[in-house]
Amino acid sequence: MEKTIAGKTINVNEEGFMTDFGQWTKEVGEELGKENEIDLTPRHWEVLTYIQDQVKKEVGLTIRGIGKSGIVDIKEFYALFPKAPLKTATKIAGVPKPASCI
Amino acid sequence: MKQLLILGAGTAGTTMASHLRKKLRKNEWKITIVDERKEHYYQPGFLFVPFGIYTPLQTVKPIKKFIPKGVEWVLESIDIVKPEENKVILANGAHILYDIMIIATGSDIAPEEVEGMKGAEWQKSVFDFYSYEGAVALAEKLKNWEGGKLVVHITEMPIKCPVAPLEFAFLANAFFKKKNMRHKVEITYVTPLSGPFTKPKCNLALSHLLKDKNINTLNDFAIMEVDNDNKKIVDYGGEEVPFDLLVTVPTNKGNAVWERSRMGDDLNFIPTHKHTLQSKLKENIFVIGDATNLPTSKAGSVAHFQAEILTENILNFIAGKPLAEDFDGHSNCFIETGNGKALLIDFNYDHEPVRGTFPIAGIGPLKLLKENRINHFGKLAFRWVYWNMLLRGIPIPFVPAKMNKAGKIFD
Repeated sequence: MEKTIAGKTINVNEEGFMTDFGQWTKEVGEELGKENEIDLTPRHWEVLTYIQDQVKKEVGLTIRGIGKSGIVDIKEFYALFPKAPLKTATKIAGVPKPASCI
Repeated sequence: MKQLLILGAGTAGTTMASHLRKKLRKNEWKITIVDERKEHYYQPGFLFVPFGIYTPLQTVKPIKKFIPKGVEWVLESIDIVKPEENKVILANGAHILYDIMIIATGSDIAPEEVEGMKGAEWQKSVFDFYSYEGAVALAEKLKNWEGGKLVVHITEMPIKCPVAPLEFAFLANAFFKKKNMRHKVEITYVTPLSGPFTKPKCNLALSHLLKDKNINTLNDFAIMEVDNDNKKIVDYGGEEVPFDLLVTVPTNKGNAVWERSRMGDDLNFIPTHKHTLQSKLKENIFVIGDATNLPTSKAGSVAHFQAEILTENILNFIAGKPLAEDFDGHSNCFIETGNGKALLIDFNYDHEPVRGTFPIAGIGPLKLLKENRINHFGKLAFRWVYWNMLLRGIPIPFVPAKMNKAGKIFD
């Protein structure tokens, strides 16, 4: 389905994950952050950029992997993106929901 | 004489040995399989052991029985692999040089990954059922357990047979009902995922099953530690779940040899091309079953489907032909729901579990995504199929490696 955000039309699936990363911009990311009740700080952006890089490299994302990334530890990851950090962070980063669900 | 080397004589490795011994000439190719264990376990059976549905002995047979004739079995553990030299060094110091290597070393539980999991309460009130020892110990515990808070828990994905913990909760419900003590047991299902089923479509179709069976669910729980003193599990967000009996699925990891050889990812799974099953490490190394890092279920059915495709690709590789990009992530599993009923689901990389009939379009007799008795008998019958057909590389009638679209309803 389509939705308009930060003046742009983006395609999302029924869970709200963007289906076309080409439509993602920093502004879209900011707005997606607000929808998830998070004001993005530079710390958040470091994590989001790391997530996008991993997806580009086709490396599977896991909470464990992020904890070992050297960017944040798992505790801080939870503090930045409370409750379900990987799900929330990937949603804001505009990348698919991690395929750990198999 | 050329050497084809298979590491691991579990479901995937044994099936590959059976297929390839039939296809490769004995005067051209020597086939060797390395495994340090003497027992071959029927792992799907572990689920039934805690409830006394299977005896432990029904899930184990000698490995030797399934090594095909004309295949050499080396009973030894692996020290390190040197892919640049096409060489495997064994724990006893001997080495094997190979022309082609197939990695089928599977995955295993690693409870030590979570703080306190393998602590003072391990196999006292904290159990797993993914190992033979764990399933047997849990069976003993359940015989005399007087009830309380039963927490069924998944540590992190990926795990072998992702539906097994859910089946465990369903079977526990039936087990305590039969013992007339269901009212004394509170069952809670705790998962790191955003729903009890790993596939959104299953969550929609099947979450009523949990409600009907009075099983509480807690989603998005990423465990930080098991608190042995206070008998609770704690997540990174600070949430706590108390238990009297914790049945957990610990972190699953690939074989530690891949860490020593620097060939695996951070969970020791091998980077693998998702459609050809060739490793991303070197072109004469292939990977099958739970040992891969592929985004499909780690399950015997998947290993079975992969084996047909990998056999074809090994032959392609030997003949210098391009590899077939045929593996579609096809997975097929029965889900026991208790009281002699089961569900059946069928899916692949691209398609979520679908409704319809299986394996024959329009006829079945098994029904997809629907709870019934015949699916349960399908699951029980599978143990025979496993020992007598699957490991021996005998095709199972009507069940092709690629997901068949006929007779299924795609939304």
